[in-house]
Amino acid sequence: MSILKKLFTAVRGGAREAGEAIVDANGIRIFEQEIADAKNALQKAKRSLTEVMAKEMQTSRKIKALEDSIAEHEGYAGQALEQGNEALALEIAEKIGDFETEKAEHEEVLNGFSQHIVTLKQQVKEAEKSIKENQRQLSMVKTTESVQQATMAVNSTLNTNSSSMTSAKASLERIRQRQQDRQDQLGAAKALEAETNGEDLKAKLAQAGIGGSNPKSEDILARIKAKQGN
Amino acid sequence: MELNELSIKLASFETEGVGFESFMIANPEQQDVLQVIVDGNDELPIFVTQTQEQLLCISYLFADEEVKAELKDELNETLLRLNVPIPLSAFAKVDNRYAIFGALSVNSSFDDITHELVTLADNAIEALDAVTPYLND
Repeated sequence: MSILKKLFTAVRGGAREAGEAIVDANGIRIFEQEIADAKNALQKAKRSLTEVMAKEMQTSRKIKALEDSIAEHEGYAGQALEQGNEALALEIAEKIGDFETEKAEHEEVLNGFSQHIVTLKQQVKEAEKSIKENQRQLSMVKTTESVQQATMAVNSTLNTNSSSMTSAKASLERIRQRQQDRQDQLGAAKALEAETNGEDLKAKLAQAGIGGSNPKSEDILARIKAKQGN
Repeated sequence: MELNELSIKLASFETEGVGFESFMIANPEQQDVLQVIVDGNDELPIFVTQTQEQLLCISYLFADEEVKAELKDELNETLLRLNVPIPLSAFAKVDNRYAIFGALSVNSSFDDITHELVTLADNAIEALDAVTPYLND
């Protein structure tokens, strides 16, 4: 059964004692062991994979060399036949036969290596998947445990702290009140500042059209025009 | 980041216009829990717990018995629907209490963590405000 399913069942049951582990410590150890085993398997598969890949390359190289030799000797045989030296040509043909037998053997080996590589790559993939899966599940179990333990700690804090035991509504009211108080204080502070800076009075005077107002650009322009007119 | 280190950093930090208070809950040889109070709202503390992969920030909203029994199904459904639109946080239940929480990677930066804490604190207040009609008087 998957861990999430187990957790789901446990949570639905609801009747769990506080602090009762959903997955026992032994289960966690088994999980951790499975992860360690998968990691070992991965390590091994990867090492084998590199070895086999190296051997595959070596074998391919050998086959290539044999093919070259065959081509070369076919040339020689042709030359011998041109010279009418049938006996030499036959001898060369025998040599080519040896090369071809050897090549066939190597090809068989190469085939084996190629298949082995496919298998090993599959194993690496599977080990990686299994590690990831187990780690994800382990993390779920551990998180559940941590939250349980944290909840116990929080519970004991909340129980000793009577203010936190009040209802959510009362809490919200207190928070809202505090926020309102802060707003009011801020507003009051602003009003006070405006007053002490005389901005309040200045604003009132300006509204009434009393006091030195800033020279308007129209007035300045009028003055310049008047000067030009002189 | 270790919770102790986080607590020390939070003490002298202010972001998005709010300050933090925090202290470790005494919990010998058990899971470490850091209690964080954002912007002086000690009614809705945030409890921060670290696991191997995540930093869990949980704020407890209200208990089962505070919910109007006849509206409970509707409340649960509403909370499920709100889970996606609500920024960074999700609703949850721990034992008999409804909670709002956010989970961060343990590799999160200090800025990420403080942003999470501030958002979670705001969301908690907003959420309480929104669900008030479902709660007993």
